[in-house]
Amino acid sequence: MIERKVDALLAVVGLVLFAIIYGLIEADVIGPFWKLNIIIICINVIMSVSLNLINGYTGQFSLGHAGFMAVGAYVSVVLTAKLHLPFAVAILVAAIAAGFVGFLIGIPTLRLNGDYLAIATLGLCEIIRIVIMNINYVGGAAGFTGIPHYTTFTWAFLVMLATLFFIKNFVNSAHGRACIAIRENEIAAEAMGVKIVNYKVLAFTLGAAFAGVAGALFAHSFYILMPGTFSFLQSFNYLIMVVLGGLGSITGSIAGAFVVTGISAALAGVPEFRMIIYSIILILLMFYRPQGLFGYVEITNLPLFRYLKNISPEAKKAMGIDTEDSGKGGKA
Amino acid sequence: MAESILKCSNVSIVFGGLTAVDDFNMYINEGELIGLIGPNGAGKTTAFNLLTGVYAPTSGTIEFCGENVTGMKPSDITARGMARTFQNIRLFSELSVLDNVKIAFHKHIRYNLLEAALRIGRYMEDEIRTDIEAHKLLKIFGLDDLAGETAKNLPYGAQRRLEIARALATGPKLLLLDEPAAGMNPQETQDLMNLIAWLRKEFKMTILLIEHDMSLVMGICERIYVLEYGKTIAMGGPAEIQKDPHVIRAYLGGDD
Repeated sequence: MIERKVDALLAVVGLVLFAIIYGLIEADVIGPFWKLNIIIICINVIMSVSLNLINGYTGQFSLGHAGFMAVGAYVSVVLTAKLHLPFAVAILVAAIAAGFVGFLIGIPTLRLNGDYLAIATLGLCEIIRIVIMNINYVGGAAGFTGIPHYTTFTWAFLVMLATLFFIKNFVNSAHGRACIAIRENEIAAEAMGVKIVNYKVLAFTLGAAFAGVAGALFAHSFYILMPGTFSFLQSFNYLIMVVLGGLGSITGSIAGAFVVTGISAALAGVPEFRMIIYSIILILLMFYRPQGLFGYVEITNLPLFRYLKNISPEAKKAMGIDTEDSGKGGKA
Repeated sequence: MAESILKCSNVSIVFGGLTAVDDFNMYINEGELIGLIGPNGAGKTTAFNLLTGVYAPTSGTIEFCGENVTGMKPSDITARGMARTFQNIRLFSELSVLDNVKIAFHKHIRYNLLEAALRIGRYMEDEIRTDIEAHKLLKIFGLDDLAGETAKNLPYGAQRRLEIARALATGPKLLLLDEPAAGMNPQETQDLMNLIAWLRKEFKMTILLIEHDMSLVMGICERIYVLEYGKTIAMGGPAEIQKDPHVIRAYLGGDD
C-alpha cells in the first residue's frame, strides 16, 4: 500500500539510473577507467550501508568491516576459480560465510561498549587478514590469481539495489526500530521488551553478510586478490564514508561512498596532491557538517515521498481521526 | 480477596558495603494503586530496578503473576507484563513521538526478518495495526498532534506523558511509575492524577507509584509503603501513614 508505493517509486528511480549509466557505458561515453570506478562505487555503497546498519542504526562502533569483506572475497573466489561454481552461488555463500564469521565475532564482542568494541573489532579484522595471508591454498601473501572477471556493471548495480532495499526495509520494520532503540537508549530499549544482545548480534551478522557480498563483487572485479587490500586502513575508509554521509542515513551512506570514491578517482591524475586534497575536503566537511552530509535525513523524507508515506485514509478512519492534517505532507 | 500480582519476599541488594534495599517485602493485589515513598536516597528507584530486572537482588525472591522472575532480564520481565517509566526521562530522544510508542509494541510483532525485508506476509497487517494502536494511545495522552515531532523537542510535561504512553504500549498488567509528576506544575500534576485514575478504570491497570508529591500520593493511593535507608519503615493506608510517627520523623526530622 503506501509503503509499497514508495518502494515502487524508488525501484523505478533505481532502474532508470541503471538504464542511463548502462547506456552511457555501452555508447562508450563512460570509458573503462570510470566504468571500473562506478563498479567500485556500487561495491562501496554496499559496504557503507551495511556498516551504517551496525554503526549508525544500532550504534555499535565497529571498525572491522574490511575483515568481513575479506571473508566474502576469499570464499567467493575459491568457489568460482577453484570449484567452478556460478557467480550467484559464490555471492550467496560469501554472504553466509561472512555473516557466520560476524555472528561468531559478535557474540563475545558485542558485550563491550564504545571504544572497547571498536578496538576489539579492529583486532579481529586484522586477525582475519593475517589468517588468510597464511593459507597457501588461497595464495597467501602473494595473492590469489586467476580469478574470473565476473563483476560487470549490471551485477554490481543490481546487487547494490537489492542490498539497499533489504536494509531500508529492515530499518523501517519493527526489527530495525528495535536496533535504533538500542542506539537511542539501551536501558529504555530493554525496558520496552527489546532483547538487546540478540538485536546487536543480528545487526552485526547482517552487516557482515552484506560486507561479504561486497567482498565477492570486489574480488571478481580484478584478476588478482591480495590480503593486504583488507587492512584496517580499508575499514577506516568505509567508516569515513558512513560518517561523512551521516550516521543513521541510508541516503547519506550512498552519498558518502559516492563522494569518497569519486574524489579519490577524480584525483588519480594528480597522485602527489591526492591525499592532501582528500584530507582537506574531509576536514572541511566535518567542520561545516559534523552530522554528515545527510544527518538522519533520508531521501524519502523529501516532499514527494512524504506525501506517499502519509498514513492511509482507511487507517485514519479506523482510528477515528479526521484526515485534515494530511496536508502537512505537501498534498497537492 | 484479590490475587497478588506481585510479591517480593525478603529482597535485599548490596552495592559494595552499602545495603541499598534491605529485606524488602511487598505485595500488590490486582487492580490496586500502591505508593512507594521515602526521602531522597531511601532506595525507591533501586527497588524499581530490582522489580524490573535492571539489578538482580543479592537475596530474596520476586514473584510476578505467580512466576519467579528473580534475576530475569528486563526484556523478559517486560514480556511478562510489567512496564515502567524512568525518574530521569529516558525517551528515544532523536526519534519521533510515534516511533517511541511503536518501539514499545515490539512484543506484539509477529513477522520475521524475511517478511520485514521483503514486506510480505504479516508485515503489512502488523505495521498497520501497530500504527493504529500507537495513534490511539497518543490520542489518550493528548499527544496525537505531536506524533511526527522529535521526542526531545517536546515540552517537559509532554515527555513525561509520552513515557507513560510508551510503557502502556507494551501491554502491561502492572505499571511502575517512577516519579511521574516530578517537575510538573500543580495543574499538570492534577491532570496527571486524573489520567492515572482514568487509566485504572479504563485498562483495569495495577499501578505502583514512586512519588514525592504528597498530595498526589495521599490523594490516589490505596496503600503506601515508606522506605528509609533501604528499610521499610511503614505500610498502610494514607490516613495511617500520615499519622505514623516513624514517617513523620523520617520526613520532618525528630520532633514528635
